[in-house]
Amino acid sequence: MFITFNSLVQIVLFLALVLALTKPLGLYMTRVFNGERTWLSPVFAPLERFLYRACGIDPAREQRWTGYVIAMLVFNLAGMLLLYGLERTQQWLPLNPQHLGPVEPQLAFNTAASFTTNTNWQNYAGEQTMSYLTQMAGLAYHNFISAATGMALAVALVRGLARRSAEHLGNFWVDLTRATLYILLPICLVGALMLVSQGVVQNFNSYTVVHTLDGGLQVIAQGPVASQEIIKELGTNGGGFFNANSAHPYENPTALTNLIEMLAIISIGAGMFYMFGRMVGNTRQGWALWAAAAILFVLGLAVALPAEQGGNPLLAHLGVNQQASALQPGGNMEGKEVRFGITDSVLFTVTTTATSCGAVNSFLDSYTPLGGLVPLANIALGEVIFGGVGSGLYGMLMFAILTVFIAGLMVGRTPEYLGKKIERKEVMMAALALLISPATILGFAAVASVLPQGLAALTTNTGPHGLSEILYLYTSSNGNNGSAFAGLAGNTPFYNWTGAFAMLIGRFAFLTPILAFGGSLVSKRVVPAGPGTFPTTGPLFVSLLVGVILIVGALTYFPAYALGPIVEHLLMLAGRTF
Amino acid sequence: MHLHLSLKSLLREYLRPALMLTLLLTILLGLLYPGVVTALAQLLFPYQANGSLRYADGRLVGSELIGQYWTSPKYFHGRPSATLSDDGSHLQPYNAENSGASNLGPTNKVLVQTVQQRIAELKRENPDAPPGPVPADLVTASGSGLDPDISIAAALYQVPRVAKARGLSQETVRQLVLSHVQGRFLGIFGEPHVNVLDLNLALDALKH
Repeated sequence: MFITFNSLVQIVLFLALVLALTKPLGLYMTRVFNGERTWLSPVFAPLERFLYRACGIDPAREQRWTGYVIAMLVFNLAGMLLLYGLERTQQWLPLNPQHLGPVEPQLAFNTAASFTTNTNWQNYAGEQTMSYLTQMAGLAYHNFISAATGMALAVALVRGLARRSAEHLGNFWVDLTRATLYILLPICLVGALMLVSQGVVQNFNSYTVVHTLDGGLQVIAQGPVASQEIIKELGTNGGGFFNANSAHPYENPTALTNLIEMLAIISIGAGMFYMFGRMVGNTRQGWALWAAAAILFVLGLAVALPAEQGGNPLLAHLGVNQQASALQPGGNMEGKEVRFGITDSVLFTVTTTATSCGAVNSFLDSYTPLGGLVPLANIALGEVIFGGVGSGLYGMLMFAILTVFIAGLMVGRTPEYLGKKIERKEVMMAALALLISPATILGFAAVASVLPQGLAALTTNTGPHGLSEILYLYTSSNGNNGSAFAGLAGNTPFYNWTGAFAMLIGRFAFLTPILAFGGSLVSKRVVPAGPGTFPTTGPLFVSLLVGVILIVGALTYFPAYALGPIVEHLLMLAGRTF
Repeated sequence: MHLHLSLKSLLREYLRPALMLTLLLTILLGLLYPGVVTALAQLLFPYQANGSLRYADGRLVGSELIGQYWTSPKYFHGRPSATLSDDGSHLQPYNAENSGASNLGPTNKVLVQTVQQRIAELKRENPDAPPGPVPADLVTASGSGLDPDISIAAALYQVPRVAKARGLSQETVRQLVLSHVQGRFLGIFGEPHVNVLDLNLALDALKH
């Protein structure tokens, strides 16, 4: 057994904390999106009213799905252009103590697409490229609004399921504003200060110059990190202030900050499952999805944790002690930090890829093949394991629809979900949403692994691991995750363009059928449940749902994974190197 | 479809809210929010907010959170670091303005060769260390390249060398290491570790 007792205790406690946060957060979010007063209204309601007035928004006026989509697209396009502009002009703007120059056009485009889509793929090193102003007003701003956009869309879809014979899905501007003011901003204010108390930096100083005891010179990057760190996790964005992301001691200095950051990543997603149940009038519907997610979460840990704790056999032969003991964490420590060891690294990795976060506190490219397969598969399955803020819920609902459809086929009845008949149009939209991702990922990966422009980026690793790197890039981009097998030299025109398109498709081409689906459902009547209705709350539904997610994933990706991580695992055991 | 796509309604319903909300939220979330957090952080936690910087005899000697490149035998050494120079052209261990990992895959020849060289070097530098396998964290590069910590095993491995270089007894140095172990948070989260700068400052303080 390669799992220590301490690992088990940490995992159980972590899941218990997620469980404990789910209901209070879910209840609170239900109130926020129902437009009710909350205990923060005395502070934020005046600001909210001011924003609506200044922007000419009538909060009482709801939109059909088409209006909702247009508002979302126009708003995101405006933000994307603003970020691109900031990157290109940062050399003339304030808060740039290191006098960093403008970001090159294609890199600026890739980054703008990346942060707008909640991906936060980074083809640059933050401390070498982005001024403090670009980090705050450009990147951290998008961390807020891409998260709020995801939450708004999930809520709109849930309204589509909850409302009967209606036309409207809500008001995008209102949902976005309320998600930002009442949920993201207050948690960030408190969370950022908690991180600072542990050592996460928050300043506008120029980089610190140190003459070390050993006679060396060291320049230490600084910046307004804590305010960005917390929203990067809470909004499941993942774009690090520094190149090393949450492995950097100024982003994630202690085991406590690591715990806070993991909870920030997963809690809103988990809470939204409860909110869904609440909004459709049966909390067990939400808990069923929650249970399916928890099962998949534990499955991922059960593969990755022993793989990493077991270490790298090629290094064991050389005389490296990888045995866990009271004196050392042991395991595969390449790319990992001592304060986190194996458990906190793997737990963070599974959390960040189960959701669409993509922040990393250890470097996935150096994971063992099976340890690296888990984050890859987590993202490929659609990041529905609690998932990104909003995106996890609407992704999971697509799988739920597919599950009732398949269950309906088995018994020859028209499938229904929450009392709404699932007909041709809904199944088509759900299938379309679920097919776009594999088509994008495998299509781009196939092209990249035969074109010289694609292969030229394999500067660090080759062989099956190189294929894993390429697969990971498009999986992460399309899934809007943003974590990387970072050995791939992705800052080239080929990868900047294809990666950016994978991100934009993964976000907006996925969202549109989902809202169309919501728009089609909202107008339907609710049929009362009869004896032939398949209940979507019990263990049978949960196991079917888990089965559908795993089978769809396995059928789609197994051939590609067999050539990447799986064959690498076998060759590693046989002692092969590349 | 009920699309009211006249230009006027497009401007009023979509463009104006999109542009105004982008502007106002950028001010709120991009400037005011980090500004307020910075002000509070500087007021409440000035030491942490400015980088946990450590001074010895009034001189700035580093950050307790950012690892340093130690080479002298009389100091404890940190982990290997894969950080590059600012222009990315060559290895520059513990470059704290360009953090990063090696990103070498588990079956990469370069990884195996590099670890092999590190083991040989480690054994040459520590001839009096116990024989047998070496602690994993002493021969693998960290994720940030700035790991400020080493495992207890990695610190104990270096005790004979440091004691000899300083003319101290191994027991004195060993006790110093053990008194600088930082345990798990609440006894559960994270891993026990030794902060290298902290330990080396304590070593220097011994001789006074």
